[in-house]
Amino acid sequence: MKLSMPAIANPRSRLQGFSLNNRRSRTLLLIALCLVVLGVLLLGTYLIGQAGLDIALSSRNQPPSFAHPFGTDWLGRDMFSRTLHGLSLSLWIGLLTASVSAVIALAIGTLSATLGGKVDAAITWLIDVALSLPHLVLIILVAFAAGGGVRGLLLAIIITHWMSLARLLRAEVLQLKSSDYVQLSSKLGRSPLWIARHHLLPHLLPQFLVGLILLFPHAILHEAGLTFLGLGLPPEIPAIGIILSESMRYLSAGYWWLAVLPGVVLLMAVQAFDILGQSVRALLDPKTSQG
Amino acid sequence: MLKGEQLSFRYSPHHSWVLQDFNIQIAPSEIVGLLGPSGFGKTTVGKLLAGYLAPTSGSVTVEGQPLPTRGSCPVQLVFQHPELAMNPRWRIRQVLAEGQSPAPELLQALSIDSSWLSRWTHELSGGELQRIAVARSLNAHTRYLIADEMTAMLDANTQALIWQAVLDYVRQHEIGMLVISHEAPLLKRVCDRIIHIE
Repeated sequence: MKLSMPAIANPRSRLQGFSLNNRRSRTLLLIALCLVVLGVLLLGTYLIGQAGLDIALSSRNQPPSFAHPFGTDWLGRDMFSRTLHGLSLSLWIGLLTASVSAVIALAIGTLSATLGGKVDAAITWLIDVALSLPHLVLIILVAFAAGGGVRGLLLAIIITHWMSLARLLRAEVLQLKSSDYVQLSSKLGRSPLWIARHHLLPHLLPQFLVGLILLFPHAILHEAGLTFLGLGLPPEIPAIGIILSESMRYLSAGYWWLAVLPGVVLLMAVQAFDILGQSVRALLDPKTSQG
Repeated sequence: MLKGEQLSFRYSPHHSWVLQDFNIQIAPSEIVGLLGPSGFGKTTVGKLLAGYLAPTSGSVTVEGQPLPTRGSCPVQLVFQHPELAMNPRWRIRQVLAEGQSPAPELLQALSIDSSWLSRWTHELSGGELQRIAVARSLNAHTRYLIADEMTAMLDANTQALIWQAVLDYVRQHEIGMLVISHEAPLLKRVCDRIIHIE
């Protein structure tokens, strides 16, 4: 019943080959939306410039208005531009740390599965140990040991985020290696390299991509968390963690917009990455990619 | 002649033997049945002969030569579950191409429709997939075919269709065949002789 409806009710969308009743189109639309949101957050600072970051003591502590959608802080700075600047920095840091972390995960995961034996046992043990430690504690320890600052922050996040993806990719390679169709492929005369290129890679790449996208929100939240605790970025940089940590002091004074609105935008960015990851996964899986 | 001599197999020294001192010979264009209850090593025999497992002791030879470690294997195995024997990310065309493009007569004999070629593997039924798997395994290099419960999960019509096509092809191309099954009536019908494993 539902199938024939849109064609009659809305012939235009049918003509364009794009209908919201189609799951594939909906997924593509979601991906596009997420990319737009994230693009704006990443590059928004280039559009709005440094204007709102200046101190304007005449307009201190103003609640949200049309001129200042997120209000102003205790120094009269526009919270909207500060949030965009902070989030942009956080996203770039997230992008960098998540990418490096994911590449480490790919290398370690596939190595572990292909070499097997003692190497595999050692890597599995290392992953188990690292995962059994409380995440935030480990990050703080590494950041502290590396001397804090931007370098400590990047190192801490990179070192603590590759484990679960590495474990996933290792399991995938192991499963593929022992699967009937990979074994059969070699009996049909295919070389190990051909099998890696045609059977393993096309299967691992989507997993890697989704894993990478789902690492972003973690990395961003931990960056914000670490900075919030005072171990991350220096206070003069408008990072989202610093904004939140400074704003907490003003919550009791009734300046709710200082913490709530940047927090909501941070959550939105994280959620956008999450939806993006799930959508890409749905699109790349042949069982859900169509219809 | 496909020969398995003194075949013994266990997964590790801590495990008990799956198979001990098993001998088997299959001549070209001979169809041999392997009958036995579950868990008696029928599938292990099939996997040893096709090179999927290495025997703990004993040897497998084809025309006096050990099984090749690289290149197309002259002994091909057809699995019970075709959906596990195909890359789920491939279309049927790619799956068939992996078997070095089987003969068109064989595709016709197995009633493989050309419209299936552009489908994903999960869009075909078990019977349809098994026909694709059989076509893939019966390529120009195949001298011996091992059918491990090849039609056990299929309906009677599809079973008859597959066996008809396979038996015709095997006789024409003088391919030796080992049919592994726990169904005595089926083996009595298609095989020249039957080995009981116990």
